[in-house]
Amino acid sequence: MEKLVALIPLFPLLGFLYITFFGKNQSKGTAGAIATALVALSFVLAILVFTTQLHGAHATFVKVLDWIHVGSFQVDLSFVVDPLSSLYILFITGVGSLIHLYSIGYMHDDEGFHRFMSYLNLFVFFMLLLVLGDNLLLLFVGWEGVGVCSFMLIGFWYKDHANNDAAKKAFVMNRVGDLGLILGMSLIFVQCGSLNYNDLMIGGSAIGHLGKWATLGAVLLFIGAMGKSAQFPLHTWLPDAMAGPTPVSALIHAATMVTAGIYLVARFSDLFTISEGASQLVTWAGVITAVMGASIALTQNDIKKVLAYSTVSQLGFMFAALGMGAYTIAVFHVVTHAFFKALLFLGSGSVIHAMGGEQDIRRMGGLKSHMPTTYWTFLVGTIAIAGIFPFAGFFSKDQILAHAMENNTVVFALLMLAAAGTAFYMFRMFYLTFHGEFRGTHEQEHHLHESPKTMTIPLVVLAIASTVGGFMGFPHAIGHAMHIEHALDHFLSGSIELTHSHMSVATEIALALISMAIAGMMILFAYNIYIKKATPVLEDAEINSPLHRLLWKKYGMDELYDNLFRKPIDALSAGLYHWVEQKMLLGMVDGSGDAAKGIGRILQPLHNGQIVTYLLAIIVGLIALIFAL
Amino acid sequence: MEILHNVTINHYLGLSTVLFALGVFGMLYRKNAIIIFMCVELMLNAVNLALVSFSKMHGDTDGQIFVFFIMVVAAAEVAVGLAILMMLYRNRHTTDTDTLNDLKG
Amino acid sequence: MLTEYAFWFLSFVAVFSGIAVILSKNPVYSVLNLIMTFFSIAGHYFLMNAQFLAAVHIIVYAGAIMVLFLYVIMMLNLNNLETEKRSNVFKLSAVVAAGLLMTVLSGAIQTADQITLAEKTTGTAGLVENLGIALYRNYLLPFELASVLFLAAMVGAVYLSKKNLNETQA
Repeated sequence: MEKLVALIPLFPLLGFLYITFFGKNQSKGTAGAIATALVALSFVLAILVFTTQLHGAHATFVKVLDWIHVGSFQVDLSFVVDPLSSLYILFITGVGSLIHLYSIGYMHDDEGFHRFMSYLNLFVFFMLLLVLGDNLLLLFVGWEGVGVCSFMLIGFWYKDHANNDAAKKAFVMNRVGDLGLILGMSLIFVQCGSLNYNDLMIGGSAIGHLGKWATLGAVLLFIGAMGKSAQFPLHTWLPDAMAGPTPVSALIHAATMVTAGIYLVARFSDLFTISEGASQLVTWAGVITAVMGASIALTQNDIKKVLAYSTVSQLGFMFAALGMGAYTIAVFHVVTHAFFKALLFLGSGSVIHAMGGEQDIRRMGGLKSHMPTTYWTFLVGTIAIAGIFPFAGFFSKDQILAHAMENNTVVFALLMLAAAGTAFYMFRMFYLTFHGEFRGTHEQEHHLHESPKTMTIPLVVLAIASTVGGFMGFPHAIGHAMHIEHALDHFLSGSIELTHSHMSVATEIALALISMAIAGMMILFAYNIYIKKATPVLEDAEINSPLHRLLWKKYGMDELYDNLFRKPIDALSAGLYHWVEQKMLLGMVDGSGDAAKGIGRILQPLHNGQIVTYLLAIIVGLIALIFAL
Repeated sequence: MEILHNVTINHYLGLSTVLFALGVFGMLYRKNAIIIFMCVELMLNAVNLALVSFSKMHGDTDGQIFVFFIMVVAAAEVAVGLAILMMLYRNRHTTDTDTLNDLKG
Repeated sequence: MLTEYAFWFLSFVAVFSGIAVILSKNPVYSVLNLIMTFFSIAGHYFLMNAQFLAAVHIIVYAGAIMVLFLYVIMMLNLNNLETEKRSNVFKLSAVVAAGLLMTVLSGAIQTADQITLAEKTTGTAGLVENLGIALYRNYLLPFELASVLFLAAMVGAVYLSKKNLNETQA
């Protein structure tokens, strides 16, 4: 049964090749159906593979091809099936096929429809490669592959220069992280002599050979994860990445690709467990990111920007959990987050679709009556992310908080703050979008409509998943008392070391109640401001208070990078251009040109156009040649 | 047929050389493109003669086959070359190579 | 001995008519002299028992190519155009260059061994039968390619004249 795993990445690849080479002749419907069906097929296979892991998890390796065999360096095109990877492929293909379906409706009027579908398929292929590869090098191939797909999809509407800039920004930011990954990979290979998970962790324990390098290796890998998963200080690309079409934001920049960093750290949990320092770094990077993302999201007015900063913040939660050794909980949060964040993005896409491209929530309002399905599913997503029982976000977020409380009070307090902020900004956005009066133009109001079936079906499915998805990871203490096993923990124990919490039932319940109470208060607060008092949201120019301005300006990170890196490089380039290129290189080029001209002028009289002279020259040369022989 | 007892390969090569040099001389000496063309033919024939005598010396046919193909090429060359000359004459009303100095740098 | 005399005779005819090709004022005479040269070269082929080549040589060169030359000369009416005067420097340089070339070449030949042709020949290489076998067996592909070359040359020649025709009409 596990052998089937080899087919899982194959289908999206086939889809990509087919649509790229033959898709032009197909109608949009056919091409979209093919792309969706292939990913759905992968999903079915992923379920089959997943079920093999349910009873007695064990890592299985499926070798497809020899890849690189040089001396002791052996890397194969080979897949690993274990709880971690099978869980990942499950939600990648699951959420992926829903988003494919959604894209058929969302992108229907786009001239680049075929291109879009083929990119999406390619992305799914690389993402599966990343997760399934049984060695770091294959992971790296997938890692770069999803980076390229992300680049192409962010800049999908390449006619707008801003989109290209956003794509470039994402690419460059990711390069910084990738450098860390490459270095970490090299270090692991030099010290441990292998890149295969089996030698490093699962079958053997070669990762232990890192010794005193363990912290450095872990930090380097984490830098890679930082780039991909948009952690402070490499997070600035993700909000800009919202320039891409909304399904892309949902699939790549919320549900799957950005969680590759979590996967990497979780996969190397053995390494991070050894290294206390690296884990601390991961925790704090996560906490800072979580708080910062949540605080920026408070002030954003672009519906997708809010969700983007929310994603950044949630990724911060996951890393904080990873750093505290709660690997299974982080992965749990990845899964629930994939559900509700994909749902929210798709919902926002539905709204944008209805609004004719408008993304500013200050121009929305009162959409509730126009698009009920979107409204209700969006509400589910919002509640889920705010962390209200029994929706999915509650379980995962609550367990992260519980872990933080056990480990470090400061971390706990900060995460609590971020969670409170999350509830507030999500409901702020929700109220502004769906309640109150409509604030857009008349044309837009006239145009409002519910989205087509291909778009609402994924919304409903994801809403259901966001509602019940949390129960696979019932909190430990409570679950234990009620004889419900923490299913996910148990399942993942096949790949990841567990850290059991020693919290009492009472504390856990109290914590859950407190966090829910805070979330509830925040919701009421938002309701009070935006519905009861109907406070208008300030226009960009009216933002005066320093704190508001700071948040609205995203802590000036972009400007900081601009001043720190871009401007010096620009200046350096300008200097090089002026001095080296203009003076030296051009001088050299022009000089050689002038020299050739000069020589030509000297030799010009020789070409008098008389054939006889040429002939004479030939004969003389011939004579000289024969004579020389 | 055992003939040419005292005629060596060098005799033929000598004759070939003389004819070739004559062709070269003619090319340099004359200005008329047609005469120059004929001198080219003369040079080709000088080479042919050398090849046939080599073939004779080695007693195999390859040299003569070579000559055969040279004739083929020469015939094609003459056909095209004369066509070019015709066109040249119609456009410029001369075949004097000295006046055809468009290549002057 | 007779054949040896024949060699010398044919050689002299070839060289002198070659000189006449260059020196005659009238192009038509040049052509006729060139034909003489070709005939004597054909005689040489015959002496070397290359009968087939001798025949082909006469047919192709004397029969076809030189006739073509004659046609062109007559069509262009070049008889009276011989007003050329080369500067003496060029004449001198032509003589010197050709002389030098001849000297150098014969110098190269002198260093070679003196080999009597008859000693190394079976005398049948130039017969039609042997040549035919070689041509159609070992050199079939070049032979066929030669026909393609002819076709190309023919098309080229026709095209060149035709284009010319169009220009004059226009």
